[in-house]
Amino acid sequence: MNGKAFDSAQAVAANREKVPHTSMFVRMLLRAAVLRRGRAASALFAMVVAAAVTTAMLNLYVDVQAKLRREFRNYGANIILVGRDGASLPPNAVTQAESVVAGRGVVAPFALVVARTSDGQAIVVAGSDFERVRQLDRWWSVSNWPGGPDQALVGVRALPVVSPKNQAFDLSFQGRTIHLTPAGTVHTGSSEDSRVYLSLADFIAWSGVQPSTVEIAATGSSEEIAAVMRRLEQAIPAAEVRPVRQIMEGEARVLGKTRATLLAAAALIILTAALCVLSTLMGWVFDRRRDFAIMKALGASDRLLNGFFAAEAAALGATGALVGFVLGIGIAAWIGRVNFHAPVVPRFSVLPFVLAGSMVVTLLSAILPIALLRRVQPAVILRGE
Amino acid sequence: MFVRLVYESFRRQKRRKLLAGAAITLGVTVATAMIAVATDIGDKINRELRTIGANLVVTPQEDTLDVEIGGVNLKPPSDGAFLNEADLPKIKGTFWHNNITAFAPMLPVTATVQRDGKSEDVTLLGTYFAKPVAFGKEEFSTGVKTTYPWWKVSGAWPEDSSRQVLLGERLAARLGLKAGDSLSVSGRQLEVSGILSTGGVEDDEVVAPIAVAQEILRKPGAVRRVYVSALTKPEDALARRDPKSMSGPIYDRWYCSPYPQSIAFQLAEAIPHAHAEQIRQVAQNEGAVLTRIEGLIFLVTLAALFASALAVSAAMATAIFERRAEVGLMKALGAGKLAVASVFFAEATLLALFGGLVGFVAGGMLAHQIGRSIFDSQITIAPVLFPVILVIAVIVTFAGSAAAIRKAVGLDPVFALRGEL
Repeated sequence: MNGKAFDSAQAVAANREKVPHTSMFVRMLLRAAVLRRGRAASALFAMVVAAAVTTAMLNLYVDVQAKLRREFRNYGANIILVGRDGASLPPNAVTQAESVVAGRGVVAPFALVVARTSDGQAIVVAGSDFERVRQLDRWWSVSNWPGGPDQALVGVRALPVVSPKNQAFDLSFQGRTIHLTPAGTVHTGSSEDSRVYLSLADFIAWSGVQPSTVEIAATGSSEEIAAVMRRLEQAIPAAEVRPVRQIMEGEARVLGKTRATLLAAAALIILTAALCVLSTLMGWVFDRRRDFAIMKALGASDRLLNGFFAAEAAALGATGALVGFVLGIGIAAWIGRVNFHAPVVPRFSVLPFVLAGSMVVTLLSAILPIALLRRVQPAVILRGE
Repeated sequence: MFVRLVYESFRRQKRRKLLAGAAITLGVTVATAMIAVATDIGDKINRELRTIGANLVVTPQEDTLDVEIGGVNLKPPSDGAFLNEADLPKIKGTFWHNNITAFAPMLPVTATVQRDGKSEDVTLLGTYFAKPVAFGKEEFSTGVKTTYPWWKVSGAWPEDSSRQVLLGERLAARLGLKAGDSLSVSGRQLEVSGILSTGGVEDDEVVAPIAVAQEILRKPGAVRRVYVSALTKPEDALARRDPKSMSGPIYDRWYCSPYPQSIAFQLAEAIPHAHAEQIRQVAQNEGAVLTRIEGLIFLVTLAALFASALAVSAAMATAIFERRAEVGLMKALGAGKLAVASVFFAEATLLALFGGLVGFVAGGMLAHQIGRSIFDSQITIAPVLFPVILVIAVIVTFAGSAAAIRKAVGLDPVFALRGEL
């Protein structure tokens, strides 16, 4: 027996009389960890890493949907309100829609007419709220958003027709003429390029036409969006509520596939981490077969031995899981920041799973070697065979 | 002697070697599968994103303004310029033809539907459904069935060479028609093969083979615009530059990267008198989504590599730690530190090579399985990755063993043989 172990044995003997018998169990647990610091630390390290990776993966898996949904909202509207049979929407449709969406999305009205340029060309003129359009249709490449009254945003293809020299121009609709200055151009690659956009106030004052379409980019799961659509139908009976299927279906597919891939990756990573813990811990317990043999030789019952190693494993599992959880939340938050430019919200609902998983793995890795060792005579182990 | 030592060690300690080998195999399997998934995920998600619709549009160069509200075209039908249908197969002749998954020409015309003595003006959209097209020796089929997967048809899709049409669901409800009925459009008898539901403006339209629309317009071969669905690379600073301002090598790099801009540029080159550009709503956002998902899977792959490296290290450390007595014996018989370490490293290398080989095959199979069950398509692992994976496996095994080996060779043989530390 080397010096350190001898000292500790003496210390144990000295303390034995003073301290109540029950603390022997705790003492053995602590001593085992302190005396074999290196191996205990490596077992704890494996546990912490495994718990951290598991926490991070579960957190990401839960959160990735919300993160990607936000990306998909950049595709613009997923719900469109139109007046039934081509009629205009009631004037309060936008405020109504806004109250239904309640901050979880963007609502933008559009009014459209076909006007004539001063040389008689037909052109589509749209009225909208530039502030909202800017949030809704982020892909619009706009050189300069109009700010003042009677300023227009001109599509890149419409520009040579209405204002080839970037000069002020007139548009007329049903005998009424409006004088506009081009503030900037809009380029989208689709029908917007052939249009002229005005602020809604200017548009209504000029043409007297109310918005016929309200585009809504609602955030949330597909069930939440379906609920928003039902509430919209109730709130604005004069409007027809249409989902933008193209966006919704594409989003559902991509989200589903990404989540499935992430789930497969998470399963692989968690399995590997668990096996890593299992092999490290089993090594650690196996390595202490002498402790085991001494305890047994001194008359410890099987139940006590099982309890001892199980308690040790449970303590290790719990500590590792808690430290790993904090670390994993950190990793998930970092990935969120780096990849999505938004923090991943810590999901404390993940903690019970991580804790339970760690316990199962550590207990398993303690019980398996013990079950093997129990069949061996202590004398054989102590002789080092 | 050295060879015998290593050989006997494998022969006599089968259980331990199997355990360590299994850990390495598992680690390599996970690493290989994740690398395969990560390298392929961009392409897979790109294909999924194509379900959002075409990302490029080809229009005639000298076109007049579109005058269109809610899908109703208010421009005189023969106004403006057209593309020539005969030029379309050239789309598949561009440099990036493999990235072009499908294209669909569009020719909207105004037609009159007669029904029960009443007549109504509707938009008739001429297009390809799934038309077989040949370019050179290559044959492929293209049309709205591929470019717009969210179009749902109850009934049957029309044949491209027939006089069958799809009727938008709102128009069908208004006219009281169903699949199988016949319909009189601008004096022609057409058969309704199915009812189309898109959630968009097509619900109010008649969708017909393009030849029918050309016949109504009396302009054979005319195409108003072509929607092209292409697999593209997310835009970066180079993509946004004007190709005219680029010098030779930079221009080549731009031209040979599948940016939306460079594919559009090549489409405009291939089709005479055409202008091509990206549909920003689709093209811009798919770049963003793709970058995010690729980034996510890349980081997750790093985590997987880290976890498998750790598992391999842990297994190796445990395996070596268990053999202290052996080390003590070797040293007591006069073996130097170097001799002992080289035995262990040789064993580690053998294990790593074997585990790497089995793991690579298993990882490839796992990736294949993931690809099949999630994406319904193959994920194949590039054979060039094999040596890379093997080298990584050897390095990780060495790194994992190094600390344990150093500790083992540093032991006092007396203590080691007595089983004490």
